[in-house]
Amino acid sequence: MSLEAVLFVSAALFGVGVYGALSQQSFVMIMMGLELMLNATILAAVAFWWGTTGGNPEGQLLAIVVMAVMAIEAAIGFALVTNVYRVRKADITEKLRKLRN
Amino acid sequence: MSVVATFLFWAFSAAAIVTGWLVFRTDSMVRAAYWLMASFVAVGGILMILNAQFLGLILILMMAGEMTIMAIFMVMFMMNPAGLNPMTMVHQHRTSIVSGAGAFVVLAIVALFADFPDRPVPAGVDPTVDLGVELLGESMLVFESAGVALLAVMIGAVALVSFRGRFGSAEEGSEEPSLETDER
Repeated sequence: MSLEAVLFVSAALFGVGVYGALSQQSFVMIMMGLELMLNATILAAVAFWWGTTGGNPEGQLLAIVVMAVMAIEAAIGFALVTNVYRVRKADITEKLRKLRN
Repeated sequence: MSVVATFLFWAFSAAAIVTGWLVFRTDSMVRAAYWLMASFVAVGGILMILNAQFLGLILILMMAGEMTIMAIFMVMFMMNPAGLNPMTMVHQHRTSIVSGAGAFVVLAIVALFADFPDRPVPAGVDPTVDLGVELLGESMLVFESAGVALLAVMIGAVALVSFRGRFGSAEEGSEEPSLETDER
């Protein structure tokens, strides 16, 4: 187990997240893809803190900031999804013709 | 790094990737939420192996709470009731696979071939104590900014989903209506 191995796992998680965010039709499932990408980001940040910074706590601070971003993304995402459904009656991307092209 | 830790690392890694993949393979969106939680728990385990016990634990705690709420939203926005029938809810499938694989390959090349400095966490350091001193010391502004940002998000989320604005329905905005009556 080395820094490279952890970053490799993080890259795999990020790839799955990219696939999910681009392929899903439902808004909430797109958010799951985004969360998976942020998950990979946290893992990479902690891996760099563990392997390259000599225990500098600012590396852990970066992971906490990413967690805050994750919470913000979830809260605003759900608010937007609820609002879009209420105004446009849309729960999948295909129903939003106004944003097309 | 001991053999047990290495074994646990690879076990958690496999679990994180496989459950992350299952999020987009399952027919039920509620199950997808719980697969995502499993992926986060596995990453939390990896963080604990990497000596960041506090971060690993709060990741697991946070995600357990978030995914419980997420499951309720999944029921609200479910495309297929109960998820009992097999279904596909994907579009632009080939582009997505290529993009995901491309992102993985590029990042993996960076991970495997870049030259990173080798300065591991020294023995005798307590990362949790360090993090606490950092959060309430030098980096307090960053920490407090995150708190203010979360407060702004709470206000923004409530404003986005509210039925009523200040002067009528939410879509009419916050423009004050005229005091003149037009009954002439």
